[in-house]
Amino acid sequence: MLAEKYREQIAATLAKYPADQKRSAVMPLLYMAQSEYGYVTKEALAEVAEIVGVEPTQVASIVGFYSLYYDHAGGQHRVQVCTDLPCALRGADKFADDLCAKFGIKLGETTKDGMFTIEGVMCVAACDKAPVFQAQNKEGIVYHENQTVESAVKVMEELKGKK
Amino acid sequence: MEHIVLRHRNIPGLDKLDVYLANGGFETFKRVVTSMKPEEVIKIVMASGLKGRGGAGFPTGLKWSFLTKNRPAYYVVCNSDESEPGTFKDREIMEKNPFQLLEGIMITAFAARANTAYNYMRGEFWPVAKVLDTKIAELRARGFLGKNLFGTDYSLDVHLHLGAGAYICGEESALLESIEGKMGQPRLKPPFPADKGLYGMPTVINNTETLTNVPLIVARGAEWYQSIGVKNSAGTKVMCLSGHVNKPGNYELPFGVTLRQVIYDHGGGVPSGKKVKAVMMSGASSVVLSVTDEILDMSLDYDSVAAKGAALGSASVIVMDESVDLSWVILKTTRFFKHESCGKCTPCREGNYWMLHILERLHSGEGTKADVDLLNSVASQVQGKCLCPLGEFAVTPVLSSLKAFRADFDARAKDAAKPKPAPAAKPTPKKEPMAGND
Ligand SMILES: Cc1cc2nc3c(=O)[nH]c(=O)nc-3n(C[C@H](O)[C@H](O)[C@H](O)COP(=O)(O)O)c2cc1C
Ligand code: FES
Repeated sequence: MLAEKYREQIAATLAKYPADQKRSAVMPLLYMAQSEYGYVTKEALAEVAEIVGVEPTQVASIVGFYSLYYDHAGGQHRVQVCTDLPCALRGADKFADDLCAKFGIKLGETTKDGMFTIEGVMCVAACDKAPVFQAQNKEGIVYHENQTVESAVKVMEELKGKK
Repeated sequence: MEHIVLRHRNIPGLDKLDVYLANGGFETFKRVVTSMKPEEVIKIVMASGLKGRGGAGFPTGLKWSFLTKNRPAYYVVCNSDESEPGTFKDREIMEKNPFQLLEGIMITAFAARANTAYNYMRGEFWPVAKVLDTKIAELRARGFLGKNLFGTDYSLDVHLHLGAGAYICGEESALLESIEGKMGQPRLKPPFPADKGLYGMPTVINNTETLTNVPLIVARGAEWYQSIGVKNSAGTKVMCLSGHVNKPGNYELPFGVTLRQVIYDHGGGVPSGKKVKAVMMSGASSVVLSVTDEILDMSLDYDSVAAKGAALGSASVIVMDESVDLSWVILKTTRFFKHESCGKCTPCREGNYWMLHILERLHSGEGTKADVDLLNSVASQVQGKCLCPLGEFAVTPVLSSLKAFRADFDARAKDAAKPKPAPAAKPTPKKEPMAGND
């Protein structure tokens, strides 16, 4: 249970907002739930709803609206390659396709061992350092910039080693 | 040139509190809190001519002066959502010059009579936020944030709030909804944030770059700031240069620099000596400008860019060389806006869906010239009918490139006159699965 395990962090999060505006904490708490469970589980929805005092369906609508919250499990590591216009002008589409080919999958798919999901994402504010991807997992998000397929494979192998 | 916003490029280690303090850091904040009235601060910023760097270019001091009087609470919110494709300046500021941004937020909070300020950062900036949080903690520990600052009755705290992957949250009212723990959908305006903003209280909301200018303006005065740049565009602008240039990156330059200077002198020109075909001046939501010598010699300031029918906006300059097929560019921008439409109003939700559909048909080889007309007609129907500017943003590149580069679209039609004029050496884009809720 989040409420017991992270009592102090939850209190500190709620303290950032006015006492009568607990609902504001829903986004930080969803991040907390996601890093605890890997994605926002049904139980997590109910827990977060209880802490901030809204209906679970309202929390579910937040999860649905924002693309960084997941309501189902993906690969252990999400490799999110920016394929938006400025990066694409610098070869990001080819980079993404070649990287996928290395792992025998298509963009948006998960490797058989469940380790990686490689996705195309919109601009991540690193357009001058294309090709760029963010590696997202339970620990958070790390940017990897000015990549080649070789350097990306290396980063991914290191991630795999860490588990 | 001396940097104002990217001052860390002149002063190594400026992201360390001791270095920042040694360079006059927080002296201005202290002086403001201990010896000035909020109105006096607003007056200086107003006289400086500082305009919003988040896109709309609204005069900053004027915006602050609109705050409704005598309300129980006031808020300052810094907009670090930075989600416009082609924009990557606020991230550099937060990573490399965090204390100047924080001091800017703090001075603004004092001017707005706010005791709480939030910095709203896009969720992808999670690692940046982690570091910024430690900087804020340092300020609390050193007594720059907290209760009864410097022995006065003024108290202030600053908090970070992370978004979670939604472009629309960069729109100020959607951003406020998001801090309130709701879906990031824009509010009807009026009321404006200066009257009813966060939690229904008067709120100042400004972009990261805007607020990072504030400490030096208040320290050195409005006249100093006015002496940089050109008429109606005082100061400097961080230009985010991306696309087909040899040296993409952030360049902080005084307003009045020409596009040619930015691309060739600072950006090192176009790879392989190719010609520039088109530019977008403010990210994916810009008018697509067909580049001629006249455009290259355009002065980059609010008025001159507007005179060419475009907007300087956040100055996210996307450069495209002669190999680029504009129909492919518009497929990319439309895919972005279709993905990011919040779904609240029908013209934007449906219009983007249909425009993408048509573009994908053209790119699959199944489209006809009638589809190009249909694209024009759908985009024209969306124009002027949306709840917030996102819908407008989406059709701006579509309509402007159909006007300037219609041949690129027609060449994609299966009933186009053969042989096809060879457009881009780009692979035919396919439908890309996007992360999250498409
Ligand atoms: C769809 C949309 C997205 C926006 N995204 C951003 C953004 O990422 N960052 C930003 O500062 N302003 C963004 N804006 C502009 C804000 O609504 C607002 O005008 C700005 O934060 C005001 O600050 P400024 O006056 O300092 O520019 C966006 C506006 C719209 C309509
Ligand atoms: S377009 Fe890829 S980071 Fe901006």
